[in-house]
Amino acid sequence: MSRPGMRERFYAELDGVLAAHEDAVVVLAVIGAAATARVAARHPGRVVDVGIREQAMVGVAGGLALAGLRPIVHTYAPFLVERAYEQLKLDLGHQDVGALLVSTGASYDASTAGRTHQAPADVALVSALPGWTVHVPGHADELAEVVHREAGLSGRAYVRMSTLQNDRAYPVDGRLHLVRDGASDDPLVVAVGPLLDTVLAATRDLPVRVAYTATPHPLDAAGLRALAGPTPALAVVEPYLEGTSAHAVAAALADRPSRAVHVGVPRDAELRRYGTPRDHAAAHGLDAAGVRRRVKELLGG
Amino acid sequence: MVTTDAVPPEVLDLVARVTGDEKHDPSAHSTLDVVWVLYDQVLRVSPDDPQHPDRDRFLLSKGHGPASTYAVLAAKGFFPVEWLDDVASWSSRLGHHPDRTLVPGIEIGSGSLGHGLAIGVGLALGLRGRGSPARVVVLVGDAELDEGSNHEAIAVAGRFGLGNLTCVVVDNHSDGHGWPGGISARFAVEGWAAADVAARDHAALREALLRTEPDRPSVVVADTTVTPRFARTTAAEEVAA
Repeated sequence: MSRPGMRERFYAELDGVLAAHEDAVVVLAVIGAAATARVAARHPGRVVDVGIREQAMVGVAGGLALAGLRPIVHTYAPFLVERAYEQLKLDLGHQDVGALLVSTGASYDASTAGRTHQAPADVALVSALPGWTVHVPGHADELAEVVHREAGLSGRAYVRMSTLQNDRAYPVDGRLHLVRDGASDDPLVVAVGPLLDTVLAATRDLPVRVAYTATPHPLDAAGLRALAGPTPALAVVEPYLEGTSAHAVAAALADRPSRAVHVGVPRDAELRRYGTPRDHAAAHGLDAAGVRRRVKELLGG
Repeated sequence: MVTTDAVPPEVLDLVARVTGDEKHDPSAHSTLDVVWVLYDQVLRVSPDDPQHPDRDRFLLSKGHGPASTYAVLAAKGFFPVEWLDDVASWSSRLGHHPDRTLVPGIEIGSGSLGHGLAIGVGLALGLRGRGSPARVVVLVGDAELDEGSNHEAIAVAGRFGLGNLTCVVVDNHSDGHGWPGGISARFAVEGWAAADVAARDHAALREALLRTEPDRPSVVVADTTVTPRFARTTAAEEVAA
């Protein structure tokens, strides 16, 4: 498996992004600075490293946006979203300016690093603020497409990279895509981003349909309604805090008698163990066996 | 240009119109000298074109007590003075903390302390990168400096040599724990050009606010408790010495 990871791909794409979008400026807090040194040399003044100062990183991004530029802000997820959360709310949202945030270190990717480097609540936090789009690509090609597209837009976007990837890329157009069909009344399992392959493996022999999205927020409500049918039974499998999309799913299906199972990183306890991301997925019930158990709840056993 | 050593009475009346306080609320007043001198004698920004890309930017980081900023903006014609009469009502664009999307001339929404300076750093960086002649002036309070985010921004601005950035610290000695060694020294050690003035000495204030260095940011600590005859300006070199 020598497939390039999303993070390496992100750094590799920045040269083209800066070339294509003359108002784009990368803002870093040390993390990523070494990997982007050549890009910085090729585009003087357009890769800004503020040091290990995440509040300043996001504040500076807000100021750059007020000057008419397009900040691309990147660091580890907990430092980008949690440490600088009020800056996301005020220096970007309240100022009514945009930025493209690209995090690395999704949920338990940094399993050996412990809780300080894990932020499974990131999508819930970002989507709690007005005006954000959240992309959770499941493949490096999806990541590249989303970053290039968002770099040319002006809104607030959060792109969540992960070391976990699917075998192939799917469309990243913001819509829900049916990946495995079945009978129209078979329950629907919605897989978000890099958990798709796990979901496909978990449900290989189950009577369910599987749909995919790389953009959980805003959720493709129309697509969900079209796929879910008049009496929806569905599971939503997300690689971050369990139930993050529950509100959006409930709102989309409010007028239908529906059953929904939400699968994600558990909310109720901090996992004080190291090990591999695979170990953590198993502990959280986010490996194929765990997802299978939860999906079977939908099937009545 | 005619300069005065006092805020004109009609502007004081506008402040009172905001606060509804004939005796003038001191917290609303502490920034008035600085804001008046900036808009009257320093900043290149016009109410006729408040979105000009190369306008000087004034960022009121200390967003509480915006009465004097509202009053000065109204006096300079950025919006009708009638707006001052019902501040923070349902139908008013002016709140107890300002919102840039609602008020012509207000450059940032503020209120939570410690946000303006980092935004100002980014704005100065972006304007410099664009080759704009615009300056960025950020007003913070001495107590606001408690917020650690300011010290991130002070360091970054110094390292980046942002000559188009000025921070005005309105020092009304409201900080509970004080600043041993002085406020301006904390900027000077990060490479800022520093000046201490009496806020009520408009001539000194004007001179300090107009002075910039091409290769480093400037800080002006404006003490609201010093009477002008004791006023002095202190060069960064003296502070660092």
